[in-house]
Amino acid sequence: MRERAVIVGSSVGGIRTAQELRRLGFEDDIVVLGAEDELPYDKPPLSKQLLLGTQTEDQISLLGAGGWDGLQLDGRPGTPATAVDIDERTVTAGGEEIEYDYLIIATGVRPRTLGGLATNESVVSVRELRDARALRQRLAGGGPMLVVGGGFIGAEVASSARALGADVTIIEALEAPFARAVGAEVGGHLASLHRDNGVKLLTGVGVDAVKQTSDGVVVRLSDGTTHEAGTVVVGIGTMPNTEWLDGSRIPVDNGVLTDASCAVQAAEGVYAIGDVARSIDKGATVYRRVEHWTNAVEQAHIVAKQIIDPTSPVPDARAPYFWSDQFGTKIQMVGRPAESDSVELRRFLTPAGEKTVAIYGLRGAFAACVAIGWPRSIATCRSAWERGASIDHVVAELETLSSGASVGLT
Amino acid sequence: MRIKADVVKCQGYGNCVGVDAKHFDLDDDGLVVVLDEVVDPSEMETVDAAIRSCPVSAIWRAGADA
Ligand SMILES: Cc1cc2nc3c(=O)[nH]c(=O)nc-3n(C[C@H](O)[C@H](O)[C@H](O)COP(=O)(O)OP(=O)(O)OC[C@H]3O[C@@H](n4cnc5c(N)ncnc54)[C@H](O)[C@@H]3O)c2cc1C
Ligand code: SF4
Repeated sequence: MRERAVIVGSSVGGIRTAQELRRLGFEDDIVVLGAEDELPYDKPPLSKQLLLGTQTEDQISLLGAGGWDGLQLDGRPGTPATAVDIDERTVTAGGEEIEYDYLIIATGVRPRTLGGLATNESVVSVRELRDARALRQRLAGGGPMLVVGGGFIGAEVASSARALGADVTIIEALEAPFARAVGAEVGGHLASLHRDNGVKLLTGVGVDAVKQTSDGVVVRLSDGTTHEAGTVVVGIGTMPNTEWLDGSRIPVDNGVLTDASCAVQAAEGVYAIGDVARSIDKGATVYRRVEHWTNAVEQAHIVAKQIIDPTSPVPDARAPYFWSDQFGTKIQMVGRPAESDSVELRRFLTPAGEKTVAIYGLRGAFAACVAIGWPRSIATCRSAWERGASIDHVVAELETLSSGASVGLT
Repeated sequence: MRIKADVVKCQGYGNCVGVDAKHFDLDDDGLVVVLDEVVDPSEMETVDAAIRSCPVSAIWRAGADA
């Protein structure tokens, strides 16, 4: 009998699952449900290349030239799933109950909004293609831009907007922007990168009120100052898209809870991957939700493998990995800086100049690193993380790679 | 099976190098270099993982005859 895989969410997690299923030999039915009325596209370029105009919408498409048909997918854009019945094994979407043998939950996250303020033309978040399109148009129209929240997406939007000539200010509630993700030391380093490129940074202040005016908005901050802007970009975190699972008995707690193979234990044939999933690594004791592109891609592969061969081994934990582009500099993170108790900023002398890598420790062991403008160092850091190498080892290997000594601490 | 790369597409993230430093590296311009085009079947899984990790599909497999 033909089987059917129903994939909910048509971004990188969902589409990669479909592609991996086909690549590994799944010949039965694949239905892909998407909430947006768009052909599947990739998200990292939305705040970077697409905003800058160095990539087109065609170039960020996830399906490739063959479209849905190329992979024999029953793609249904503009058809959000609204409910699941794990006993009957059906998903409700577009007024239809679709039976599944395998259900892959890849519904991602959505941006948090500023309290009490609906997003509108001048108050935006960047998560979807239409957000990036609209923002690009507004940027062309000029007017100062305020970025609320010193996270990576806000920082990238700030960088792209500066490159297009906009006047940009970042407002961050903590003392250093980016501190939540990378700590105050590296946050300070990244803050300098932004200042050097003409971004104004206001730290240690919150947003008290946002008022719409005829040609933009006025923002009042907790220190009593007011700021006019043509556009406010809000990047204050995300929430997993799980409301459609309410009442389904699929366990949800800040994400869909899964085992190390991305399977939902309580519901047969159900998996969750990518930004919406909160999984537990092999040998780990805590569930984590990871909003990194590579994580979604790897989990898509894991699920496809499970479906093709249920006896495939439980995968080992991979080093978490994230990249970001700001002002032409690649910022790359391996491991979990947020789960560390020490950090050292080290400079290495490479043939292409001095490079800074922040090395984080946890109880003396290597926990994470953030490399600024040195992509070649990522392989070293990643394999060190996966081997459980010591901090001294990581430093020594990076010294060898740089073919010089580390210049020392900064 | 062989590895192919398109340096025009490559954005130099080094994701591939991070997964498989035996077959991939970055050159002085920060673009991908395939160190060893020919892949032993035992290394296929790692090469595939590196190919998956590229956000711009700048590396791919070509058949033995390609
Ligand atoms: C602007 C931006 C820049 C980024 N840059 C980087 C970067 O440089 N490096 C990096 O590692 N990561 C980056 N990320 C994160 C990365 O893009 C995500 O980790 C990745 O997109 C996660 O994929 P996903 O498929 O799990 O979820 P998502 O991409 O969030 O996709 C989920 C999809 O499901 C759909 N959906 C939601 N509810 C339903 C429903 N009920 N029914 C059907 N469909 C539904 C949504 O519309 C959406 O299309 C960036 C993200 C953004 C937004
Ligand atoms: S992952 Fe892709 S973009 Fe990055 S260096 Fe390798 S080939 Fe280039």
